[in-house]
Amino acid sequence: MSLKLIDVSGLVTIQDSGRKGWRQFGVPTSGPMDAFAYRAANTLVSNPTDCAAFEIGLGDATFQATQDCVIAVTGAGYKLSIYVWEFPLWSSFFVRAGWKISLSKTDNGMWAYLAIAGGIQTQPMLGSRSTYLRGALGGLKGRQLQSDDVVNIGYLSHSSYELAARTFPERAWPAYIQTPTLDVIMGPQTNYFTNESIQIFLSNEYSVSLTSDRMGYRLEGPALTRRNETELISEGLIFGAIQVPSNGQPIVMMADCPTTGGYPKIGTVASADLPLLAQCIPNKSKIRFRETTVAKAQKRHRALISGLNKIVENE
Amino acid sequence: MKFQPKIVPLGDSALLIQVGDEIDITTNQHVHALAALINASPLEGMIETVPAYGTLLVHYDPLILSFRRLRDYLSEKLTQVRDNLSRKRKQIEVPVRYGGEHGVDLESVARHCQLQVEDVIRIHSEKTYTVFMMGFTPGFPYLGKLDDAILTPRLETPRTRVPAGTVAIAGSQTGIYPIDSPGGWQLIAWTPLQIFSPQSESPFLFSPGDEVKFIVEE
Repeated sequence: MSLKLIDVSGLVTIQDSGRKGWRQFGVPTSGPMDAFAYRAANTLVSNPTDCAAFEIGLGDATFQATQDCVIAVTGAGYKLSIYVWEFPLWSSFFVRAGWKISLSKTDNGMWAYLAIAGGIQTQPMLGSRSTYLRGALGGLKGRQLQSDDVVNIGYLSHSSYELAARTFPERAWPAYIQTPTLDVIMGPQTNYFTNESIQIFLSNEYSVSLTSDRMGYRLEGPALTRRNETELISEGLIFGAIQVPSNGQPIVMMADCPTTGGYPKIGTVASADLPLLAQCIPNKSKIRFRETTVAKAQKRHRALISGLNKIVENE
Repeated sequence: MKFQPKIVPLGDSALLIQVGDEIDITTNQHVHALAALINASPLEGMIETVPAYGTLLVHYDPLILSFRRLRDYLSEKLTQVRDNLSRKRKQIEVPVRYGGEHGVDLESVARHCQLQVEDVIRIHSEKTYTVFMMGFTPGFPYLGKLDDAILTPRLETPRTRVPAGTVAIAGSQTGIYPIDSPGGWQLIAWTPLQIFSPQSESPFLFSPGDEVKFIVEE
């Protein structure tokens, strides 16, 4: 079976849990911007949590089912309609052949995930179906999806009706908000910055620049100054790392983060808060940072992920 | 050389082993020896390692491993690195054609270094280089170090498209563009070898730590 794209104005890509094991060769992991919403969508339709799903951002997208299927939509910043009805996100639905599934952009988030029972079955590249646009790897021919694209879906091993009408309760979502305070593990190059700069970073608001993309969110706010002009030689990077180039405006590395980078890093956003950051809106959201420890960040991450078991079966 | 690496967190799902903070062959060899040692006996929950000039980044799954547990395990490994330094490294010969349509900066490099073009070719192809690290685009090898006689800064304005297979230099380094991509290095030669073949069993021609020698083709 398959799902067809009828109309696309947004950035629609295929993403799974990421391309692992190739970073030493310079291949980014890619994967979803909001990994929690992505996993929740798969969980709602009983897919393995690393199954490929659609990521929709920046604009609208309409899909059409070619056969009866069960889908789930999660994330933030989108309104969902199926056939003639509107539905809330974070639920699974039975969709009849021919029905249209429309996702239209609203102003309270950035990314939505559409998982389909059986999972997307495109050709994996370097062990993953995730799309890495700059390297033209994965997904559908390494590119974003366009109108009239048809994407194959895997077959279901059990009755699909059972998977429909399930809801993921709001209390188990990340606390999406337009004024988040994000936990940060400071370092490893905190000593490149003046003490005043570290205080500025931890006590001021930053907004997301319009030039942000899946690779990085550029922040705008009070500039961070360096102690001296000592250059850092390139070293490994990770989703969430906050690099500070010489203009003093931090850049948080996101899902398509390059494997290495040469700007000093003042800190790294805690995994549990990356979904909140991903859903921040350029020129609108106001972000603050708060120092945390690795142990606390890991504990919060475990708590968030264990919430994935809290699916409510409606009917 | 002193070998006293520090292990520091990079967020809650990676840690950085800091071996040195300069572009230096000995430091870098320690990094690759360490990577080989760790990857030969990974701890459950370790995802992958990323070697760079003077650091090794270890990605791990924080749902399986805590920072503390991984740090203690790696600290133990660090004591064994010296014995691992003598391992054999893969040597790769890369046939190249200098100058011409793909080596468009060869003459300006020669002028900058106050050398003849033939001298630049001889000096660049004489040395055996180490793949210090990979990055920038999938499969791009950062090779070093160049002979001081041909050090040339990167271009002031990067090119929007450099063809795959182009050999370039910048600062004390040389590299090969694996795919068509933008690039700010000085282009001096071209190789017909496929540097990155995503569909192949072994997609990458180079691995970090390999040795590379350029062979002049007429």
